[in-house]
Amino acid sequence: MATNLPAPTEQAEEIDLVLRQVLADVLGLSAERIAELDAESGLFGHLPELDSMAVAGLLTELEDRLDIIIEDDDVDGEMLETFGSLLAFVTRKRADG
Amino acid sequence: MLTGMWPPSPGEKEYALGFDCQRTRRILVIPALFDEATKLRHFTVEVMRRLDTMGIDSMLPDLPGTNESATPLEKQTLTGWQAAMHAAAKHFRATHVLAIRGGALLADLGMPTILYAPVPGSGQLRAMLRAQVIADSEAARGTTRDALLESGRKNGLRLAGYCLGPAMIAELEDAQPPQDGAATTIPQSELGGGGLWLRAEAGHDPAQADVLANRIAEQLA
Repeated sequence: MATNLPAPTEQAEEIDLVLRQVLADVLGLSAERIAELDAESGLFGHLPELDSMAVAGLLTELEDRLDIIIEDDDVDGEMLETFGSLLAFVTRKRADG
Repeated sequence: MLTGMWPPSPGEKEYALGFDCQRTRRILVIPALFDEATKLRHFTVEVMRRLDTMGIDSMLPDLPGTNESATPLEKQTLTGWQAAMHAAAKHFRATHVLAIRGGALLADLGMPTILYAPVPGSGQLRAMLRAQVIADSEAARGTTRDALLESGRKNGLRLAGYCLGPAMIAELEDAQPPQDGAATTIPQSELGGGGLWLRAEAGHDPAQADVLANRIAEQLA
């Protein structure tokens, strides 16, 4: 039987997947470790290796893979603090685009 | 693995690392630029190590103003780096060029060329400007990419720790890798993993190095 999921769910799953993939590339984490990330998992300010250059690379890669544009004004500590907050941000950007 | 010196211009000396056994296939490796050069250094040398075992020589020169170079980075330009790569190709009698990421902006040397995951100058600059804006915002100094760029075009800029002169910034804004007909491109998607330049801390991936070395050897066959 063909599944007929509503488009927003499909898109939410895709965004979640892309974000996990890009974080795996930036943090050099295994698929298992990256699958364990949940909404509360701390990012910027919690992981010392995630410095400004790494965050810049992360955001630039998200722009390219999700076809969104992230403005300087969008970027603050809160948006980057947890996996959940970053996921909410890119989901909103994708919906706006 | 050998180290040696080469003359970017008469009377000047820069350092290079290479696997040079005077074999017939000799690749000049143009490194990635700035922060990405550090992130990809281990990977680049590992690819060269694999090429060596396949009977291919390769030489990795320092771009003037980087690594062991005694000349200041802020005096460098893409045009100057390209001239230096011409001199390196001649000195090492290179038969092929392999350019990594932003190294592609210096790769138009009139010989068979392979580009690994090339990035235009604007893309290179975008990530560095963004990193600087984030660092400034952490330090409670409000800047924007536009304002940084504007000031950099006039006075040069210390960007993500790299001192770039105004000419370098202007050239980066417009520089493009050689067109498809003039070079063979190996995109990151062929390597089966994320680009190591994205890593927050410099890392290595032996599987990706195997794939890239094999793809390069195929091109030279």
